[in-house]
Amino acid sequence: MAEQKTNSEDYLRMYRQMVRIRTFEDNANQLYLSAKMPGLTHMYSGEEAVAVGICEALTDDDRITSTHRGHGHCVAKGADFRRMFCELLGKEEGYCRGKGGSMHIADQSHGNLGANAIVGGSMGIATGSALRAKLLGQDDVTVCFFGDGATAQGLLYEVMNMAALWKLPVIYACENNGYSEYTRTEEIAAGEITARAEAFGIEAFKVDGQDVLAVNALTQKLVARARRGEGPFFIELETYRYHGHHVGDINREYYRSKDEERSWKQDRDPIVRFRGWLVEQGVATEEEIEAMNAEIEKDASDAVAYAEAAKYPDMSEVDMHVYAD
Amino acid sequence: MREITLSQAVNEALAEEMRRDPTTFIIGEDVAEAGTPFKVLSGLVEEFGTARVIDTPISEPGFMGLAVGAAMTGARPIVDLMFGDFLFLIMDQLCNQAAKIHYMSGGKLNVPLVLRTNMGATRRSAAQHSQSLQALVAHIPGLKVAMPSSAYEAKGLLKTAIRDNNPVVIFEDKLMYQDKAPVPEEEYLIPFGVANVKREGRDITLIATSSMVQVAEKAAVMLAKEGIEAEVIDPRTIVPLDEKTLVDSVRKTSRAIVIDEGHQSYGVTAEIASRLNAAAFYHLDAPVLRMGAMDVPIPFSPVLEDVTVPTPEAVADNARRLCSGEMIHAA
Repeated sequence: MAEQKTNSEDYLRMYRQMVRIRTFEDNANQLYLSAKMPGLTHMYSGEEAVAVGICEALTDDDRITSTHRGHGHCVAKGADFRRMFCELLGKEEGYCRGKGGSMHIADQSHGNLGANAIVGGSMGIATGSALRAKLLGQDDVTVCFFGDGATAQGLLYEVMNMAALWKLPVIYACENNGYSEYTRTEEIAAGEITARAEAFGIEAFKVDGQDVLAVNALTQKLVARARRGEGPFFIELETYRYHGHHVGDINREYYRSKDEERSWKQDRDPIVRFRGWLVEQGVATEEEIEAMNAEIEKDASDAVAYAEAAKYPDMSEVDMHVYAD
Repeated sequence: MREITLSQAVNEALAEEMRRDPTTFIIGEDVAEAGTPFKVLSGLVEEFGTARVIDTPISEPGFMGLAVGAAMTGARPIVDLMFGDFLFLIMDQLCNQAAKIHYMSGGKLNVPLVLRTNMGATRRSAAQHSQSLQALVAHIPGLKVAMPSSAYEAKGLLKTAIRDNNPVVIFEDKLMYQDKAPVPEEEYLIPFGVANVKREGRDITLIATSSMVQVAEKAAVMLAKEGIEAEVIDPRTIVPLDEKTLVDSVRKTSRAIVIDEGHQSYGVTAEIASRLNAAAFYHLDAPVLRMGAMDVPIPFSPVLEDVTVPTPEAVADNARRLCSGEMIHAA
């Protein structure tokens, strides 16, 4: 079990992981804009403190399920840049041998059961993973990531009901980034989102999703309680999506203003905030942080170059993995 | 050999596999003390407890989703879907999730789950409790589909399904639960993709699934009295399909009728007939005929319902027409 984050090493790792996510996304966006990436992808930029705050409270045995906006969860759970970029480009060395792409990256070695391109599609999977843990007497916890838009799916209420009835070790993490695709959340969600979980007797919490320490502290507590059989839990994380619904959603003033975007980026950026805190607390100097950023930039550009040069899967793979042996 | 009902055969298969593998569990509506409305699971909760025979709320997509997640992380769920008609409720979890996860993950994640459900009309249950929807799931790559035609097949196929590392959907005919058949006391498994030649004949091949195997066998008895020797073949699994056994038979007999209780249009019979045409075209003396449920929602009134599904008389009649050469001129 991960311990309470009380030392510099842990803080620096959290900062590093957030920057890794932002850097990964900046590179993925460039791959799209330069027409080097097939298809579309959904950027996690702006929401880094959510994935990192939560995943830093988990071990490799703990599972997560992710969403169509899943790169952040994947990096935060320990994935490798090269294999992620290879997957985004449909290459053989990708996490899914190029068969899943951005919306289906799964990294079983770190307990990531996969991104899911159906909004709300993984709520059953996460709850089922928790049912398995209870059934087989294993002490891992599963975190189900989903957005505010997914709270409109009926599946959530079916599985929260069962999770509450059977006290399953699952944490529902609702990333409320204010938008359900191209529609403001207040237009699609009646009442309080946390009240929906509370209706099942599930303890629900609301936390500033731009504050990695607050997210991590809450998650540490809930993971420990879930392991003791006190679950399930629900967290609503208030956050913001810097990009559009996907990389191609450029002109979005019809649903949100540039001022609003600017204000979130200037005043509440999770990386800028945490960086300021690290310097202020003397955990790291500006120079050390710049060096870390530069190293991550280099890692990412090396990984992109590696992925661009990597080979595509052999054509014979097209009908491999339809069925397991 | 002793005879047991299809219901008992399913129950035995579940009990044996649950004793053998502690990661297996049953999940569904009223599966524990109630033992399902058809009483197929009676007694299992007494042996395995409520931790492994799990009653759920009436939330089909929810418990199907739970099964997918449990299967992906090391358990072997056996889902009980009370009526096949409820497949429409769980389509996302079954077809977008379970069927595709192994492929989408490049072979890294497995989904070893069994979905037991049922099919079959003429139980006076009307349009939402009478459908035979095997074509719907057989269409989706990544799912295997078994259609037992007797207690013997029900036990052997279910045991194989539980040990399979893929999502398997088994359709049991709800009208056959009380039908008895010889079932060995000792353990056996029936491999997937191996058709069973139920009766040999030289004149025409009747390929039939599930309940339609009995219909074809009765037709074959009628035809034999008239000197027409029908070969009856049960594919047992439609995914994977034992195409070779079916094609070899048709090359021998030169005529075929494919019978399945699903709706006739765009269904199982169309797929099999098409494969026979492609693989045995020059051996055929007549077009391959298809017989399925009529393309209507299943009606309630008995007089209406009974005409929607193929009968032995109708199969025999079509066989006679094929063997007399009438269909060639009609074509």
